[in-house]
Amino acid sequence: MTELTKQEPTTVYIKPSTGLAALNLKDLWTYRELVFFMVWRDVKVKYKQTMLGMAWAVIQPIMTMLVFTFLFGKVAKLPTDGIPYPVFAFTALLPWGLFVTALNQGSRSLVAHHNMVSKIYFPRLILPMASVFAGLVDFLIAFVILIALMFYYQVTPAWNIIWTLPLFLLLAIITAMGVALWLSAINVRYRDVNQALPFLTQFWLFITPVAYSSSVVSEKWQIAYSLNPMAGVVNGFRWALLGSGNGPDLTFWVSASISILILISGLFYFRSMEKTFADTI
Amino acid sequence: MTTAISVKNISKEYQIGAAESKFRYNMLRDVLMDTVYAPVRLAKALAGKSARRENKNFFLALNDVSFDLEEGKVLGIVGRNGAGKSTLLKILSRVTEPTKGTVSVRGRVGSLLEVGTGFHPELSGRENIYMNGAILGMKRAEIDSKFDEMVEFSEVGQFIDTPVKRYSSGMYLRLAFAVAAHLEPEILVVDEVLAVGDAEFQRKCLGKMNDVAQQGRTVLFVSHNMSAILRLTNEAIVLKKGQLIKRAPTPEAVDFYLSSGQAETGERIWGKEDLPPNSAPFTPIALRIKDKNGKIIDTVRSTEPATFEWEYQLDEAVTGLRVGIYLNTMRGEYVFTAFDTDDAKQFEQFGARTAGRYISRCEIPADFFNEGRYYLGINASSFGVKRYFMDENAISFNVDISGAPGTQWPELRQGPVRPRLNWTIDKLD
Repeated sequence: MTELTKQEPTTVYIKPSTGLAALNLKDLWTYRELVFFMVWRDVKVKYKQTMLGMAWAVIQPIMTMLVFTFLFGKVAKLPTDGIPYPVFAFTALLPWGLFVTALNQGSRSLVAHHNMVSKIYFPRLILPMASVFAGLVDFLIAFVILIALMFYYQVTPAWNIIWTLPLFLLLAIITAMGVALWLSAINVRYRDVNQALPFLTQFWLFITPVAYSSSVVSEKWQIAYSLNPMAGVVNGFRWALLGSGNGPDLTFWVSASISILILISGLFYFRSMEKTFADTI
Repeated sequence: MTTAISVKNISKEYQIGAAESKFRYNMLRDVLMDTVYAPVRLAKALAGKSARRENKNFFLALNDVSFDLEEGKVLGIVGRNGAGKSTLLKILSRVTEPTKGTVSVRGRVGSLLEVGTGFHPELSGRENIYMNGAILGMKRAEIDSKFDEMVEFSEVGQFIDTPVKRYSSGMYLRLAFAVAAHLEPEILVVDEVLAVGDAEFQRKCLGKMNDVAQQGRTVLFVSHNMSAILRLTNEAIVLKKGQLIKRAPTPEAVDFYLSSGQAETGERIWGKEDLPPNSAPFTPIALRIKDKNGKIIDTVRSTEPATFEWEYQLDEAVTGLRVGIYLNTMRGEYVFTAFDTDDAKQFEQFGARTAGRYISRCEIPADFFNEGRYYLGINASSFGVKRYFMDENAISFNVDISGAPGTQWPELRQGPVRPRLNWTIDKLD
């Protein structure tokens, strides 16, 4: 026997947990390596047996950007606050891509790993969490393309505020994680989520300022518009990177509060459903 | 001695419908309909016409179960299907939570059921070892230190960097088992009822269990196979409808279980609701397994003859009828297929049967079955005309091999039959 197995075994107490019980973050920490392995596996497997491999992480946002540029930039000639349309759209497509991956992979994560859930104990939170983090890899690759685009169109980044970008990235992760928690837990019980996802994704894209600037929304609707947490994220990205818009104002804080609210409520909902996952999946 | 497992008054309630049936997901629609009808139900309830359906929709898989287990002990768990054995193991391994009560478990719980969980076909053997190890709760350093051992155990050797989708099923299973077997948990849980794989693999599982027990670690063993329970455990608990009804040294507990008549009944009776719409004029009534004294049994002794009898009703005359059985092993291999009119003379006499009630009996000679669990399927048909009734898995039974040839060696013999053969040994020089 190795040294590792000689340590004194710890005692685990198993009892019915109440809905608002602690999130058991200690367990999550114990299993931190599993999060790493799940992310690593998702990234590794994602582009296996594809001809273009990792290039897909780049092709997808570029194709969307080209379509948007043609439709909204050239044909509809939407206002972009003086920024070349491709850069304008691509900046928004970065957090949007992260969100969509998390929404789709995260919502399906528990059901996709039903054999793990019904056979083994591990903090279930790991599954949606790993899906969100796996989306970060694609995000980083696409970010390199954005830098190249900015060089090409000679767009100068807003140097004085660019340090806030990681904060907006964090907000994107918080939003994605919150939505993934809600939908993955509901999906265990109601597979209707699977059916609703494509529509939800499409609908959400329309109400998020990805293809257009949120300034096209009239003044009196701004607060209602900002109830969409992704509006705050996308506007934040454009502001931090390109200096477009006013920066964090009331509408932003409404969006950000909604993001945080979704995450916290998502954590509690997930936790309260977690104990029945193995029985209902 | 320290206590490894302490179970205190645990109960587990399941909602039937959501947990029971795999194919009926709760649709949002059902819930919406439920919501719409809620006021109607409330009105009915107030008028005293409540259907009390709430009570019907729950059942207790475990009902106030308590026991302690000391470190280093091997405990057998017996009970018929649905008695709560698997639910108990699931709670102990933290897969699901109890509805009431508490359990304290000292040390890591491992189960040989987790074999291959989380394996990804696109990843190589090496990558899957790390992935699977992490899922089972191993630390990276721990996997590193046991990696060579696991590869050696799995015998996949040079293919360790090949994606596992290119592996044969045997290699796949061996690799998966290698990881689970090297987890070295303080408490090992073995649910043989749900075990997969071939006989060789099951033998490996039981062998590993023995090793673990000999190293002084705690083992919980669930099986329908009484001889395996007797061979591998010293003490056993008996579960009945979610309640712990007996805890005793294994021979006593097994005896209690078999004689209390709550072992699998060895009888299947068809009610009106079980009948397919198109079976007429054939109506199955009952299928029974009986020992040589005519007693209904669920465990067939290999050294004694047994009888399968099928009672049925013909509502009108049928020509060309044959009524028969399929016998399958737990792994789904056919042992044999036979019909009551296989014999030409018998067919002449009974091929055309008038309306009425019949019993077809088939005697299985002594010294036929090897140990294990078997499924009996049934079929009533007129060849080339119509199949009236068929159930591939009508009833199951266990075979006890005490006293069968070769049992002086405590090993698992391959194959579904265990005949007593006439061996002659000649000395030639």
